[in-house]
Amino acid sequence: MNTRPTFSVFMLWVGLAFIYIPMIILVIYSFNASRLVTVWGGWSVHWYVGLLDNTQLMSAVKRSLQIAFFTATAAVALGTLAAFVMTRIKRFRGRTLFSGLVTAPLVMPEVITGLSLLLLFVAMAEAVGWPAERGMMTIWIAHTTFATSYVAIVVSGRLGELDQSIEEAAMDLGSPPWKTFLLITVPMIAPSIAAGWLLAFTLSLDDLVLASFVSGPGATTLPMEVFSSVRLGVKPEINAIASVILLAVSLFTLLAWFIARSADKRARAPAPDDAAT
Amino acid sequence: MNKLISRITPGGRFWVISVPYLWLFLFFLAPFAIVLKISFSAAAIAIPPYEPLFQYVEQSLAIALNFGNYIFLSQDSLYFAAYLGSIKIAFFSTLICLALGYPMAYAIARSPREKQLVYLLLVMMPTWTAILIRVYAWMGILSTNGLLNSALMSIGLIDTPMQILNTNTAVYIGVVYAYLPFMVLPLYANLVKHDHTLLEAAMDLGAGKVKAFWKVTVPLSKSGIIAGSMLVFIPVVGEFVIPELLGGPETLMIGKILWQEFFNNRDWPVASALAIIMLAILLIPIILFHYNQSRAMERNA
Repeated sequence: MNTRPTFSVFMLWVGLAFIYIPMIILVIYSFNASRLVTVWGGWSVHWYVGLLDNTQLMSAVKRSLQIAFFTATAAVALGTLAAFVMTRIKRFRGRTLFSGLVTAPLVMPEVITGLSLLLLFVAMAEAVGWPAERGMMTIWIAHTTFATSYVAIVVSGRLGELDQSIEEAAMDLGSPPWKTFLLITVPMIAPSIAAGWLLAFTLSLDDLVLASFVSGPGATTLPMEVFSSVRLGVKPEINAIASVILLAVSLFTLLAWFIARSADKRARAPAPDDAAT
Repeated sequence: MNKLISRITPGGRFWVISVPYLWLFLFFLAPFAIVLKISFSAAAIAIPPYEPLFQYVEQSLAIALNFGNYIFLSQDSLYFAAYLGSIKIAFFSTLICLALGYPMAYAIARSPREKQLVYLLLVMMPTWTAILIRVYAWMGILSTNGLLNSALMSIGLIDTPMQILNTNTAVYIGVVYAYLPFMVLPLYANLVKHDHTLLEAAMDLGAGKVKAFWKVTVPLSKSGIIAGSMLVFIPVVGEFVIPELLGGPETLMIGKILWQEFFNNRDWPVASALAIIMLAILLIPIILFHYNQSRAMERNA
């Protein structure tokens, strides 16, 4: 029986070509010596060297990396807790609302989330005097909120697959719940926590819309910086910074993939007992 | 005594639930109430630029509910056209993503396990990469003197460059490009769990390959289709970056209009009213997505 899905394999390659060709073109043209982006003027790293002298851009990069780091860390803590609640605690008051609050940020248009958070911050500043000014802190809160949902989805997938009898055994032997969670559950779901951290990091690094709404004077992130120059048209400097970002994120994704793959292999490797029987 | 204390103070379970709950409640749900409130107030030249809704006038609380923003929106056909344009673009892009993404997900799910991860990585990589940059890459390709036009002219297909950038065509290309991975991933997650013996049984009973696919595989992947479609449709309705960079004057999308009202006109109440109406439109798709997700999650647990 011929089960090789030839048409779908063809479509897969068409789709992958569609995804990757524009990015490859972008990277090639970032090495273009010509100032005119559409004319090829030979190979050059001119635009990359120029990036280092652009202090405004460099400070935006530094700010974005800081925000992304703190976002990923907070989102992993909140997201893992949320995933634990959703997969392990079957009944509590407000469970429906809770799971709604976890899944809705995945699809909510960013203009709505951004506007509503800004209005919240303004109202809070009027009512309780905090946050006194908007900037990295408010961007961090905004990013953590939506990255938490992504982490929760990634981690709950793994939590659902886990064999709960090991946790039950630890509790039967007298381990308190928090200790069981830290010593038994967390090590077993560590790969998905790491993958969630990397996902949250890239999501934060990538965000333009939320940051534009909740940022204040002086706190410009990298996407905001890129956006304001992209609006004016295609420029060789932007090609260079865009290629650097593509490379950095690709490396991050590869890292996340290796972590996920090694965990998958370990999970699939037959236990010694199975081999004996 | 100790027992009494432990009965009064909430246990670990309480804290585990309430920390993420409170965070999401405060920073995701509560803000919508404020948006709703401000959508009923009038714009003012002040900081913040709107008039307070509740005021103490002569020692009594006066609530100045102002429907002016909604009336204003209903009278200007621009806003209606923008909502319609957003829904239209989101709907057709979802269909294109489904038509492209389904065979891709199917091919990945049917390939050997070790290869599946490589393909998945290749599809997922751009999802995690700057959407801004991927959209920007198309600006260089689609512009009038860009690569696509030069390529088409050099092979003699067209004589004069076509206007693609700053049209709705460019918006469709950008949206499909940016959201295709969000369609492939849930479809793959669903298709990979299918039991091939069902297909074989259908074929043994005389169904052709095509008929077996439509009668067995497609119905079984319903929840994947719903999840993928919602992951594309809902965010695209509010999309801002793609219409701003690739669209032109003919592109009316509500995310762009909201952005302009907020940042260019500094009319926060009208922007809030636009957001509330968008939310009302998207409520049914969001609930559909949520039920689909929580059913899938419960099956997992």
